[in-house]
Amino acid sequence: MHVGVGAFLMLGAVLFSLGIYGALSKRATVQVLMSLELMAIAININLIALARFQTPRTMDGLFFALFTMVDSAAEVGLGLALMLAIFRRTDSSEVTTLDELKG
Amino acid sequence: MPDTVSSIAFGLFATLCVGGAIGMLVSKNVVHAAFWLLEVSVATAGIFFLLHADYVALVQLLVYSVAVAVLMLFTIMITLRRIEDAIRPRDFSAIAAVVGLVFGGMMLFLLSRYTWHPKSAVFAADIASIGRQLFSLRLWALPFEIASVLLTAALVGAVWWAREDDR
Repeated sequence: MHVGVGAFLMLGAVLFSLGIYGALSKRATVQVLMSLELMAIAININLIALARFQTPRTMDGLFFALFTMVDSAAEVGLGLALMLAIFRRTDSSEVTTLDELKG
Repeated sequence: MPDTVSSIAFGLFATLCVGGAIGMLVSKNVVHAAFWLLEVSVATAGIFFLLHADYVALVQLLVYSVAVAVLMLFTIMITLRRIEDAIRPRDFSAIAAVVGLVFGGMMLFLLSRYTWHPKSAVFAADIASIGRQLFSLRLWALPFEIASVLLTAALVGAVWWAREDDR
């Protein structure tokens, strides 16, 4: 039994939907960031699978995945620093306390 | 080069990925959730090895998963100091579940209906050819430099945000 590109894209879709659920439902900021990382991982699986099966010669998806990794490393660093700054100011690590702009 | 991979290995790593993601979402302890995320990341590196992308798999293992896990654990240690803070009720949101299910169902439905036509060229993702393409001016050299500027800016910004407030 063998699987092709479709199975990898389905795995990416499942992981991405789990990430969407976590990012929308969690209340702790660090858990929201973890869910965002899960979504980034799902995207990387898609990119590498497409590079392997659809553009094997130029490997475009592989380079996209490398740059996505750089991006999400920067994102998680900034997100965690922002979380520390918010924690210093409000003494809370919940997303729900950040409602100053609520109308 | 065959255009498929063994379904046993794929099933193993896919189960590890999805199971770890579910474990991350349902674990009550935030520290456990961080370790589940590390497990998902390592299983993803396994998926990359299956796809013959050895270099990306090593980057994922050595740089990405460990760095992200260490950052997450440090933040948890700093912001959720007491054990009562780190153990949280299981958050549930019906709207989030609906959004996730609709998106996932839609993607799975569309992917199951699509027929793929894989190219059968050789996928030579060895470090030498990756390096040649990454540093060739015509292809990825400019994005590479922009990525390094982005990382530097993010590093400086993170230090700026996380410093002690002296105002």
